[in-house]
Amino acid sequence: MLNIEHLSVAVGDKQILTDINLHIGYGEVHVLFGPNGTGKSTLISTIMGFENYKVLEGKIVFKGQDITRASCDERARLGIGVMIQRPPTIRGLSLRKMVEICGATSKEAESMAAWMGMTDFLDRSVNEGFSGGELKRSELLQLMAQKPELLLLDEPESGVDVENIALVGRAANYILQHVDCRQDKKCGTSCCGHKADCPKNNPLAESGHSGLIITHLGHILKYVPASHAHILYNGRMTCPKGDPLEVLQCISRMGYEHCAGAACARKG
Amino acid sequence: MEKNNLQAALQKQAAFGADLDLKKFDDNNDVHLQSAEDLSASGKAKLEKVGIDLQESNRSATFVQVDNAQLKSDVKPETPLTLMNTGLAAQKYPDLVEKYWWHAVKPDTDKYTAITALEKENGYFIHVRAGAKIAFPLQACVFMSHEEQLQRVHNVVILEEGSELNIISGCASDEAVEHGVHLGISEMFVGKNAKLSFTMIHNWGHNVAVRPRTVTLVAEGGTYISNYVCMEKVKDIQMYPTVRLQGKGAVARLNSVLVAPPGSHMDVGGKAVLEVPGTRAEIVTRSISTGGEIINRGNLTGDAENIKAHLECHGLMLSNEGYIRAIPELFAETGNSELSHEAAVGRIAPEEIQYLMARGMSEEEATATIVRGFLNVNIEGLPATLSKKITDTLDAFQMNKGM
Ligand SMILES: Nc1ncnc2c1ncn2[C@@H]1O[C@H](COP(=O)(O)OP(=O)(O)OP(=O)(O)O)[C@@H](O)[C@H]1O
Ligand SMILES: [Mg+2]
Repeated sequence: MLNIEHLSVAVGDKQILTDINLHIGYGEVHVLFGPNGTGKSTLISTIMGFENYKVLEGKIVFKGQDITRASCDERARLGIGVMIQRPPTIRGLSLRKMVEICGATSKEAESMAAWMGMTDFLDRSVNEGFSGGELKRSELLQLMAQKPELLLLDEPESGVDVENIALVGRAANYILQHVDCRQDKKCGTSCCGHKADCPKNNPLAESGHSGLIITHLGHILKYVPASHAHILYNGRMTCPKGDPLEVLQCISRMGYEHCAGAACARKG
Repeated sequence: MEKNNLQAALQKQAAFGADLDLKKFDDNNDVHLQSAEDLSASGKAKLEKVGIDLQESNRSATFVQVDNAQLKSDVKPETPLTLMNTGLAAQKYPDLVEKYWWHAVKPDTDKYTAITALEKENGYFIHVRAGAKIAFPLQACVFMSHEEQLQRVHNVVILEEGSELNIISGCASDEAVEHGVHLGISEMFVGKNAKLSFTMIHNWGHNVAVRPRTVTLVAEGGTYISNYVCMEKVKDIQMYPTVRLQGKGAVARLNSVLVAPPGSHMDVGGKAVLEVPGTRAEIVTRSISTGGEIINRGNLTGDAENIKAHLECHGLMLSNEGYIRAIPELFAETGNSELSHEAAVGRIAPEEIQYLMARGMSEEEATATIVRGFLNVNIEGLPATLSKKITDTLDAFQMNKGM
């Protein structure tokens, strides 16, 4: 679905990403780890096509189409949707209107908002005065209406309380049209979602929807089955085919530098 | 007021705004049109744009003045209000003149008030009986049809205790009028527990200069809501409407929506004086420059204990030409008052446009959506057709790319 080749990106005069390669197949959910300031959000913003991110080299291909130079709205219409770390406030535009703009009917907006626990926010300006967790739910609500085929989530669980992480996970699965089989027991064992040897690793891969999720602590992985993991370290992508939970364990035990190096490459 | 004091005031420059040479204009009382039906098609279209419905559907009363002559003053049957030309009312009700005329606006405020006070009186007089709640808006239209006209208007609005009225006051000039001056003095008296919504919409000619002078007095428990909308080019407008809250629990809210195209100069302020304890006021202004000049003055003066007021002034520059200046002032004269202000002038943040584009909107749609949201102040008392018209006007904006 998404093929990124030899991508180098600068913000202003500062080069942030160097020679990134990333291949996300249909139905796959990839996780991106990496220390603060290493360029994870930059990568997601570049995939979405935000204007401050200058592609110096390389290309981005989405569903077979080169979108390296496409505008943000073209990419949205092609099926890419993003949850950014710090969404702006749009004063005077109600969340209700925004959800409808994203593609929901007014009835759908109501029921989706109820599902996301956002009913009381529908008539407030988009993101105005929203708390950290409310912002995440607001973003997911918009994405539910937008129905992207490639879902980009930047730290969806940060600032979200323990109970709402499950909700965030359910919303992500809804958008991905994936089912977390560990809970549905479809797979019988706890194998699905993160073990490459499970035949039904991506239980709803037939939906074809894919995701790229940035996370530090990996709490979201308890709810959203992911198939691949990467570490972005010093602006470079390493560990291309790691198993998400193993990579996470490696990072928490040995640190990014070690895992981004040989140890991870061996596993991959 | 002594006549010779007023004579002296004829030379008195206003506190703000360019000084207009009134002698260049024709201060006549000629009747240029016999009835509202005689208005040109473009004139009628303009009236519609300022909220005046000549079919008078859903209106309780209609007043039309063209230049310095009254053309129409009709009240729907069984409506408990009086509406007539101010000059006529002055003859009929000397006791009201004693009690109200020039009590809110001082006639020697400046040359514009002075000349209006000295000449034959025109404008509308509205009197709503105690307890009468008028369901449909009263529409009042002041229209300029004559080139180089000096139009003088003195409006007096009295709401007796417990009454309610919604006024739509539309002011416009004919397409054919290139130059002209409009002087509009409005004195409004909101009685005890009465509620007045006053919506004024302006649509002037390209070279028309406008000097409204409005003061509203609000008694105990009274509510005054003022909406001012000006989204068309006007050469030079200067106004600084003032509301004085004089009774406990009196409330005022002044909203303004301004859009200044290139060649416009809008010096539009708002002042609330909280004279007694337990009063509240809010002044909210949204200004957009598409190349014109806007000065937003705002003033909250707290003269009493235990009052609360907020001033909010937001400006959006959509062009590299023109400017927006916000000049907020707060005066607190007691320790126990809560006055606050918030002013911000800037361009549309690119992150906001990009954010909406990432949800699938084109750059133009995103810009228009942000502008519409920006102007989306809660305008109470505005008829639905009118708020739709405002939205349509915004939609019709030719947004420059890459702002
Ligand atoms: N607009 C910008 N102007 C200047 N520097 C920027 C800009 N955007 C990003 N950077 C810099 O690029 C680097 C990568 O930032 P990015 O937000 O991609 O990091 P990240 O990996 O997402 O970090 P975190 O885990 O803290 O969210 C940082 O050093 C950041 O300061
Ligand atoms: Mg980040």
